[in-house]
Amino acid sequence: MSVSSEQKVEHEVAGPAPHAAPAAAGTSWWKDEAQEPLRRNLGLVGVLLALFAIGAYIRPDLYSDADWVVNNIMVILTQAAAIGVVTVGMTFVIIGGGIDLSVGALIALSGVWATTLATQSFGPVGMIFTAVAVGIGAGLVNGALIAYGRLVPFIATLAMLVAARGLAAQISGKQTQISADQFINSLATTRIGGIPLLVIILLVVAGLGWVLLNRTTFGRRTVAIGGNAEAARLAGINVRGHTMLLYALSGLCCGIAAIMLTSLATSSQAAAAELYELDAIAAAIIGGTLLSGGRGTIVGSLFGVIVFSAITNLFAIANLPTEVQNMVKGAIIVVAVLLQQVRFSSITQFARRHGLTRAKPQT
Amino acid sequence: MTNPIPDTSRRRLLFGGTAIAAGALLTACTSNEQTPTPAQTKGADDTNPNAAAGKAVTIGFSAPAADHGWIAAITNNAKAQAGAYKDVTFKQVEAGKDAAAQRAALDTLIAEKPDVIVLLPHDGKELNAFGLKAMEAGIPVVNLDRAFPDALAYRLQIKGDNYGMGVAAGHYIGKALKAKNVASPIIGEIAGMDELELTQERSAGFKAALATYGFAVANRRAARFTADSGQKEAQNLLQALPKIDAVWNHDDDQGIGVLAAITAANRSEFFMVGGAGSKKAIEDIAADKTVLKATVTYSPSMASSAISLARLIAQGRGMSDLVELQVPKEVILASETITKENASTYLKLGF
Repeated sequence: MSVSSEQKVEHEVAGPAPHAAPAAAGTSWWKDEAQEPLRRNLGLVGVLLALFAIGAYIRPDLYSDADWVVNNIMVILTQAAAIGVVTVGMTFVIIGGGIDLSVGALIALSGVWATTLATQSFGPVGMIFTAVAVGIGAGLVNGALIAYGRLVPFIATLAMLVAARGLAAQISGKQTQISADQFINSLATTRIGGIPLLVIILLVVAGLGWVLLNRTTFGRRTVAIGGNAEAARLAGINVRGHTMLLYALSGLCCGIAAIMLTSLATSSQAAAAELYELDAIAAAIIGGTLLSGGRGTIVGSLFGVIVFSAITNLFAIANLPTEVQNMVKGAIIVVAVLLQQVRFSSITQFARRHGLTRAKPQT
Repeated sequence: MTNPIPDTSRRRLLFGGTAIAAGALLTACTSNEQTPTPAQTKGADDTNPNAAAGKAVTIGFSAPAADHGWIAAITNNAKAQAGAYKDVTFKQVEAGKDAAAQRAALDTLIAEKPDVIVLLPHDGKELNAFGLKAMEAGIPVVNLDRAFPDALAYRLQIKGDNYGMGVAAGHYIGKALKAKNVASPIIGEIAGMDELELTQERSAGFKAALATYGFAVANRRAARFTADSGQKEAQNLLQALPKIDAVWNHDDDQGIGVLAAITAANRSEFFMVGGAGSKKAIEDIAADKTVLKATVTYSPSMASSAISLARLIAQGRGMSDLVELQVPKEVILASETITKENASTYLKLGF
């Protein structure tokens, strides 16, 4: 990968307004698009309020206790923390036109690698470093296979999913590895100003992700590549190098999530973080990220994660079985995607056909 | 490193240096050296007349390579028990990732004509045909834990008792709550993977045993046999039930996460019963510092027993305590209850 050529591009592209990227992707009616995330996020807040109302209706005894309600919100957010961090990385990958099926396996691998007896002997710094380094390393392998090996992202990360779980099982000897490190274990129980540390980590990661996506050339290039990779390449963006970095970013998020999950469960194992890839993709999609790339928001993905976490919590409180919960989750994904299609293809086309919008808005 | 832009050069140097340091540390981090736990074997130096060396036999063995401590213990125990006999040659084949792979591996094993095959199938129903084939070829099959539907497909069936596990947990909780005079207790249950038949059997046994005391489960959550899923489900269960009297958690591996959630929530008004009997759980019970007061066993020591019985079958001998001259056709292990009082006796069976 040629660092210098990318440097050059950065100097050239950094100057113009960030709107240059969507224009390069060849999207029209972006003004309408700009309104969409806000509408969608309001919709998700509405869903959260509805879930709260249903809970209050089913268990008035619990919801009438203010302390319990505050604590329950913290529980929902804590459970959203690890998967939320992963979803931030996933959102970048999907916006960039890819997909990362290996996130659950990478969390397991990072977690297992960070909790071997040898790693634990290096203390919390060694454990955190190992988890993050393993995540980034595996992410770079994904990225290199996709960007330079020209593998389809689906295939490359599927292979990583299988291989990483295998390696994790090999390292752990199929045993559950208990974390004896008090510092790591205390992360899950620490609260700062009444807010769990894990939730603060999630907010920090999401905040950094938001800045990276919306206020840097890196983020704008990600949108450009996802919108139209060929146009982005012709505009002088190092598409391959950038794609590789996106998967490394996803791997980094997996490493952070691995530490969070290890702290919560005071242990790690090769089967941990089961199906996190699907949860993260589903959350990104109901948050408004387009699976074909080029569009998505961090805030929307975050709401998506919290909605799923709130549903799990509500089902537990209502004592309903897991199978019903999974069916409801499936239905929510379908409805969210249907809404996406209805809003964007039919309505805008209908509007354009009847001359309700300008044929070519400002670019 | 002769790049004209100094900024890039520094970045490269830093990046390269970090990468090398990372590689060095990471390779040092995969070691899991630990004092080996004593295997769950019955030594050949007993006064047991069956321990005396007999005809030399070859035992073929196959178990799935699952990511679970219990399956790992099954394979380790079988290997260790076979090693304890001088007259046994142990031949293990990899079971692969699914029933088809296991079938293929077992076919090669049949061709090698072992005297007996001990097998923990991926799925009893799917491997049934293999059992029939091996038996027809004159090789006795010992089915470990996952039953074949067809009685012709095995010589010996040895398994744990999932329903009995639930019953044991139910009785422990029922008796303890009766002793405390709790009138209408709130009982929580954290099950394992809900789509597995064994989970349903465990829950059915638990429900039936509790019913004999007039008790019922207030809230049941299903986890995935992993610590992180156990933590999540336990956290939600604790939210749903602000006051609890007792909890049964089906699996000690996921119990690590369950205990973490309970500790994090600062809850101690109830007691918990575990399942399976892991070393960590038995140690916790003996130390008596957590809410975990008992666990009901589903011990992987059954693999050791299966090897011992397979050896007797191959040698044409019976179990010395029984009158019969041959090994029985079915052995179902009782689920035992480990408490603080007997934890020291069971510690050697923990996995």
